[in-house]
Amino acid sequence: MTGADRQRGSVLGKVLLFSLSLTLVFTLVANLLPQVEGEAPVEKEIDLGELTMDSFVALGESIFKGKGTCTLCHNSMGRAPDILVMNMVEIARERLADPRYRGKAATVEEYLHESMVDPSIYVVKGYGKKGSNDTVSPMPVVDKPPIQLSEVEMNAVIAFLEAKDGNEVGVPLPEGLPENADAAKPGGEPAGAVDGPASTPEQALNKYGCTACHAIAGSLASLGPDLQSVGARLDAASIRQSIIDPDAVVADGYDAGLMPGDFANKMTVSELEMIVEYLSAQKGGQ
Amino acid sequence: MADKRLLQGWLPLLWLLLALAGVSLSLPSVATAGDAPASSVADLIRPVDAGGVRPELFTPDERATGRILMAAPKPKREDYPSIGISSRSVVWVVAQMHLFFAAFVLAVPLFVLVIEWIGVRTGDPRYDDMAHECMKISMTAFSITAIFGGTLAFLLFLLYPQLMGYLFNVFDRQVLVYALLFFAESAFLYTYYYSWYALRYGDRKWLHLTLGLMLNAVGTTLLLVANAWVTFMMAPSGVDESGMVTGSIWEIMKGPLWNPINLHRFIANVAFGGAVIGAYAAYKFLSTQDSRLRAHYDWMGYTANFIAILSFLPLPFAGYWLMAEIYAYSQQMGITAMGGILAWLFIVQAVLIGTILLAGNYYLWSGMSRTPGSKRYQWLIKYIAVVLVGSFLVWVTPHTLILSADEMKQLGGNSHKLLGPLGIMPAKNIAVNLMLIFTFLSFQLFRRSDKEVTVSWAGFGNALMVSIYVVAVLNVIFAGVYYGYFTNTVYKVGSSVMQVASTLTVIIAGVVIDSLMFRGARQLPTTWGQVSNRAQYALFALPIAFTWLMALMGYVRSSVRTHWHVYTVMKDNSPDNYIPTIGHAGNMMTIVTVLFLLFVLFIFWVASLADRKQPRPAFLDGGAS
Repeated sequence: MTGADRQRGSVLGKVLLFSLSLTLVFTLVANLLPQVEGEAPVEKEIDLGELTMDSFVALGESIFKGKGTCTLCHNSMGRAPDILVMNMVEIARERLADPRYRGKAATVEEYLHESMVDPSIYVVKGYGKKGSNDTVSPMPVVDKPPIQLSEVEMNAVIAFLEAKDGNEVGVPLPEGLPENADAAKPGGEPAGAVDGPASTPEQALNKYGCTACHAIAGSLASLGPDLQSVGARLDAASIRQSIIDPDAVVADGYDAGLMPGDFANKMTVSELEMIVEYLSAQKGGQ
Repeated sequence: MADKRLLQGWLPLLWLLLALAGVSLSLPSVATAGDAPASSVADLIRPVDAGGVRPELFTPDERATGRILMAAPKPKREDYPSIGISSRSVVWVVAQMHLFFAAFVLAVPLFVLVIEWIGVRTGDPRYDDMAHECMKISMTAFSITAIFGGTLAFLLFLLYPQLMGYLFNVFDRQVLVYALLFFAESAFLYTYYYSWYALRYGDRKWLHLTLGLMLNAVGTTLLLVANAWVTFMMAPSGVDESGMVTGSIWEIMKGPLWNPINLHRFIANVAFGGAVIGAYAAYKFLSTQDSRLRAHYDWMGYTANFIAILSFLPLPFAGYWLMAEIYAYSQQMGITAMGGILAWLFIVQAVLIGTILLAGNYYLWSGMSRTPGSKRYQWLIKYIAVVLVGSFLVWVTPHTLILSADEMKQLGGNSHKLLGPLGIMPAKNIAVNLMLIFTFLSFQLFRRSDKEVTVSWAGFGNALMVSIYVVAVLNVIFAGVYYGYFTNTVYKVGSSVMQVASTLTVIIAGVVIDSLMFRGARQLPTTWGQVSNRAQYALFALPIAFTWLMALMGYVRSSVRTHWHVYTVMKDNSPDNYIPTIGHAGNMMTIVTVLFLLFVLFIFWVASLADRKQPRPAFLDGGAS
């Protein structure tokens, strides 16, 4: 080994020692800080039969501080109103009477529900998105991803917000699973959400958003014609045509151009036929 | 020999090809229906089986594009393959190694091209030699990048098949474009490097510079394409709520976070590349006693440090933009990063950036010993050091402490009465802006040390420069204190814009004033190589801190998705879908940093082999065997 080799070896050793020491300092800092794990929300099954109002309120509190991630902003840091120290029943009544309020709620419970699913309908002064002049809320819609609370969970949060200040709880306890069981499960995926081709007519109607506008399969939407008795009015060919080429014949009282015209490109034939067959059978109880 | 090296360089590409082949095999195959696509409404509304038409498996759009319109899968825990150890940890290490080397090999040609061009402009061959030497180092790194890239692709498909299947469905043929770009990058890289001496002078040099330009154009495009994947996972665009593709590939790529990430990574890569080259120069400097070589590597280390620190200075501003866009996209995501579970990581970030700035400044101060002209400015160093250390301490001061009940009682809350206010963002904004301003001051003094101004308006120029520093420092402090502590949240955020503007004004004004004032200045003697060995360790501190910092911030960027593979679209139900403790994350960062360090030392060693020649044995000349 030459002198140059020895020098290179010595330098390598010193460089390694220095670099490793510095790295260990950074590691030490990371290990000295508070060690907290962030668990993914755990999907809990709720036995609705066993549910009492106290446990319902407790569920609401755990959602408020956990899965709902409400306390990320609703705290004392000033990012959003600190609703844990506010009497939300009194506040909701004040908001409903505020001339700036432009929502549809009439009760405290409806207001609290509305503020979760449509936060921009009333934005507290000073808390709007930058540049929106308090017309747009930075709060996420809680029944959509990433929070995705179910109706039962939102009601539990409302129950908690009412009960925490000694107010009477105005939301009823959920009684058994509703017709659409999946949707009511806390954290459950929206019913009918399917990845591949739908296997039932209900799934297909849900997949293509038919229930958003039409009264069918449990929906009471009224943007488009009521389809609960469509089988009595139209034959299968007309129903098929109305789906594929919706503006070919437009029902009286409804405007052309509202219904998407690209279902022919989106649906598989089996999905289309399932929907046609299902709708043909809807005779309005006849 | 060159052929053999070329072959070695292409081996990783073959590996990547194999990985891509594996990818294509694991994708859901898209069968093409033999039937002619239905075109008329009459065809479309014909009932199933009427006229012998078989039901299609795919929609007309799917048949036309050969692509399944697929919602994001919802894998259950049992759908994730298990290999006995944490899949996330394995992917974490390999992905981070790939990213380190990719950042390095994309950044080096960027500044190498600039150095080569400076060599052409000045006619100084030292620039050309240094540029070539930098490329020599990045050649081995390129092969390692490809090996880790291929391994990463293989692991991702092995361990997260549903996610990768979905991402391939979304990005579709863009992935093929990426592969083609990679081959183009390889072709330009090898041509650029191996033609260096064949295309060194005259018009041929311009051809060589053009090759370098093409190499960088392809490399930067590769960066942008790959960035689109991570920003899609953070803030998906071009898909509906279920994750089904609704937009064009351009709409998918240009999500709200794409450009901020592009800018941030581009600048950070250059800073990182400069720091690694600086470490190489320091290693070579320390390894030799030859004064000529020491002078060369001292100069190379200085240039690399210059590149690293100059690129690093605007990085916090790119970071501000990225974070502002994250908040605009999702306040919840922003708060998760800055005020939620990940917020403590920013204390570690402060330690790392503080280390980088202190090391960078120390190197500049030590380097001033190369010229006697620096004596004029050395009295200022102690004041700069005080500001840097003071600001650093403010930056690392936490606000909220996790304490026991007794401790809280003693403290009177979960934050200290006096130190607590130093823990919030306004104080940290003041600290970081002051650190940047005073680092620029060190840099400016260093640049002035070997020059004597000759213009008649030097007095005015200096007074103007001092005034700009004073006003900027006062503005940074005033904006931070007044808007940060005496107004509401909205103004707190707005004040940081004033502070950033002050810092940028100092930097821009300093560069402009000095370039005008020192035009035709008398050059004072500078002795390259006349710098302490201790200063070279600052050049090692920089890449170590940069590497750890990249690992840290990459982790924060990825973790803001929390338990989502693709935020709001595809949930992560794997056993690793939780955010680990800071300690665990820190240990992972140390593992990848040490691994990277070992690989880098290997690269330095490989690069040094080219300089060594075995003496011709005597027996070949007829001597005794």
